[in-house]
Amino acid sequence: MKKYLFISVAALMMTGLLNAQSQYKAGDIASDFNLKNVKGEPVSLTDIKDADGFIVAFWCNTCPVVKKYDQRLQELHAKYAPKGYPVVAINANDPAVSPGDSYDRMKETAAKLNYKFEYLFDETQETARKYGATNTPHIYILSWKDGRLVVDYVGAIDNNADDATAADKKYAEDALNSILKGQAVAVAGTKAVGCSIKWKKS
Amino acid sequence: MKLFIAAIALLIFGLAPLPAQKIEKIGIPGLEKILASSEDQLYVVNFWATWCPPCVTELPYFEKLSKEYQGKGVKFILVSLDFPSQIDSKLIPFLKKNKITADVRLMTNLDYNSWIDKVDPGWQGNLPATLFFNNAEKTKYFHPSEVDEKELRDLITKYKQ
Repeated sequence: MKKYLFISVAALMMTGLLNAQSQYKAGDIASDFNLKNVKGEPVSLTDIKDADGFIVAFWCNTCPVVKKYDQRLQELHAKYAPKGYPVVAINANDPAVSPGDSYDRMKETAAKLNYKFEYLFDETQETARKYGATNTPHIYILSWKDGRLVVDYVGAIDNNADDATAADKKYAEDALNSILKGQAVAVAGTKAVGCSIKWKKS
Repeated sequence: MKLFIAAIALLIFGLAPLPAQKIEKIGIPGLEKILASSEDQLYVVNFWATWCPPCVTELPYFEKLSKEYQGKGVKFILVSLDFPSQIDSKLIPFLKKNKITADVRLMTNLDYNSWIDKVDPGWQGNLPATLFFNNAEKTKYFHPSEVDEKELRDLITKYKQ
């Protein structure tokens, strides 16, 4: 018994270490969060109704790569929210480093671009750190399984930031289509090129 | 008449604006060629884009040191990840405005996941990032974040050995 306890504790410690240092990958259990949306309401993934999972997108107002993908993220939400996978965008940039990413500017961006999805402010950057997000845009597709959020895909939306029509690998859509068919996700991880998340200066 | 033509030619070419920044476009083969460079010197390959503020901050240090180390066994290559649709609107004006004369190459393959691991498997795709290597000496160091002038100078000194 003692031995098992030791192993469990060691395993827990290791999990903790891994979570602190690396990013979620497919198969990991993701943490829920409680972050303020642009209407000032606190939002947790458990509160979002009619969702079998989520397209969590680390996002911001300022990054030119995010701007390139703005339309595409809105299209993902329009297409997949009715199928149970809404977009939940999170801005984790420190406004002290990137003034254009303040909460007020988030409200402006969401209003101007008519975001239909939740746009949340990760003021403490705790969620971005837990998820291991490095860039904007950085996408995490999660599915509810037995009351837990399982990571199905991490990475880029597709393989051409410059030109949506030239993208011939639609990673996020392919992953979602597989999930909806109950199939394994073929490409469960890619690297997302974008703007570094603007971390607080310690 | 010949003189006249020569004068016209001189006018046209002589008065032409400063020679445009030469930007070599590369794809995966071009990148692989850089990475396989076998000359016994330190290669400093910086990955950047005009849309990346910390890249823009550090670029002048690369420009400055590329001049300082010219002919001294350090070769700088600045690989831009700017969008091919913005070469004329963003990249070239930026290089002109900042008087960048270093060797800039434009990576035109936007399928990042098809080549990012060739640079370094640990690279998460964040910019800026700089690779230091000398294949003749089998040295390689990948720096996945920005540098200030002193850090860049120190890294060159360290890996130039």
